[in-house]
Amino acid sequence: MALGSILIAAIAFPFAAHALGWDYYVGVMTRVMIYALAASSLNLVLGYGGMISFGHAAFFGAGAYCVAILAQEGVVSALVAWPLAVAVGVACALVIGAVSLRTRGLYFIMITLAFAQMLYYFFVSLKAYGGEDGINLAARSRLPGFDLRDETTFYLVVLAILAGCLYFLRRLAASRFGAVLHGIRENEPRMTALGYPTYRYRLVCFTVAGGAAGLAGALIVNQHGFVSPGLLDWTQSGTLLIMLILGGVGWLYGGVAGAAAMLLLEEVLSHWTGYWKLGLGIVLLLVVLRAPGGLGGWLARGGARG
Amino acid sequence: MAEPLLEVRRLFRHFGGVVATDHLDLAVREGGVHALIGPNGAGKTTLIAQICGEVEPDSGRILFAGRDITGLPAHERVALGLGRSFQITRIFRGLTARDNIALAVQARSGSSMRFWRPVAAERALAEESDVVLAGLGMGASAGLAAGSLPHADQRRLEVALALACRPRLLLLDEPLAGMGAEDAQAMIGLIAQLKQRTTILMVEHDMDAVFRLADVISVLVGGAVIASGAPQAIRDDPEVKRAYLGEEAA
Repeated sequence: MALGSILIAAIAFPFAAHALGWDYYVGVMTRVMIYALAASSLNLVLGYGGMISFGHAAFFGAGAYCVAILAQEGVVSALVAWPLAVAVGVACALVIGAVSLRTRGLYFIMITLAFAQMLYYFFVSLKAYGGEDGINLAARSRLPGFDLRDETTFYLVVLAILAGCLYFLRRLAASRFGAVLHGIRENEPRMTALGYPTYRYRLVCFTVAGGAAGLAGALIVNQHGFVSPGLLDWTQSGTLLIMLILGGVGWLYGGVAGAAAMLLLEEVLSHWTGYWKLGLGIVLLLVVLRAPGGLGGWLARGGARG
Repeated sequence: MAEPLLEVRRLFRHFGGVVATDHLDLAVREGGVHALIGPNGAGKTTLIAQICGEVEPDSGRILFAGRDITGLPAHERVALGLGRSFQITRIFRGLTARDNIALAVQARSGSSMRFWRPVAAERALAEESDVVLAGLGMGASAGLAAGSLPHADQRRLEVALALACRPRLLLLDEPLAGMGAEDAQAMIGLIAQLKQRTTILMVEHDMDAVFRLADVISVLVGGAVIASGAPQAIRDDPEVKRAYLGEEAA
């Protein structure tokens, strides 16, 4: 099956890259996978839950800060810091979602954006932890049995987490909860008339996605060795949205395809020109105009299977 | 006399300067079809929305099965036995007819906060859905996408969704809306069957359907009930004739 061969190729990649002297690309692919996780968590909210959140970077950034702040305070164990990053993502999403989900449409977009910017300014003003400049992570988190300083090991850990989260997303989409989300997305007044407390289901969806974004944040700070308020900026939320639109909203692998396409495009185009964002803009325009379902929709129409 | 299944007391609701429901009283007894008629803008749909909990009244009370449900959220009213169909078809167009009904069955059969087990593995949901569809003569369409069904079948599915909630009181908001004569006859036959099983409160403009189906008719004008009674009494009521019937049904 295509999926199995992609997974095997993904596992083999760092070893092959190392043998060929392309070690740099192991880090690039690790970054792609972390963004894939962040974009997939947005996919749960947007593609499955039908909620256009423009503040998803808040959870991503909060998770990253959680790990960096804990490290500065001497807590370096991944087994403690990463679950706490998930918890922080969950808590932020629960609070922001509880308020935001009372609104609809454009108001929901604006209020999630406003909350994310509030968190952004909170970290800007947090002088003890770098304020505007952000903080460094002195060393990667420590995971018993794994040396995360090794790029290949870190790559494989990130791959395992991404694969696990995607499997969970797949189960969720096919579960009772997933069926309810589908119903709400298509026709919320009817779901209420069938007896579903739709607000509760949307909030749970939003919160689970916040936790997954927090986990992605914990990984990205380990990858970059650094976190600044820029990670929570609204442009970052926009980047995640663009990735998802590029990859295919509501397609299980839309976040993965979009993150890969966008970051690799950035990698390639930025070698040629400093105006790589112009190239990205053109690609995005083409996708929106010519392939409305993103890469996923294009693959489906081409008869190929991902 | 037995207590009414649904009782609306002094219900009042205004939108800006427009009074949609004007200290309205209504009692629906268990069994049969209770029809709500009235000219456009009489406040029929707003009344249904308040009974279902989609619109909050400014004042007044709504009692269902002896319980005050005025402040209860819409989804909790469904659990108590209030099921509704919409005037504008609200089905899940992208799902099969079977999966449409399965969502209704799922709502009343255990928690849906389950994230792991595939819903497709729950044979009971699909089986019960097929029973509901077969009961409405839609068995052959179970596997088709709801959005691809003919209009009449979509209207039928609309009613089926409400029915699958196993309501004690079924609220039908213009079940014949947009139907041709032939399809309307089929829907009237269907409602005649349903009224053997459950109490129905129906808003309908089609006077032929109303007089064939209804056991009780209430006439709504200007947000208040001006008359309520057996079909023959309503037909002969001079005030109803003047306010409404005289123009449409001679």
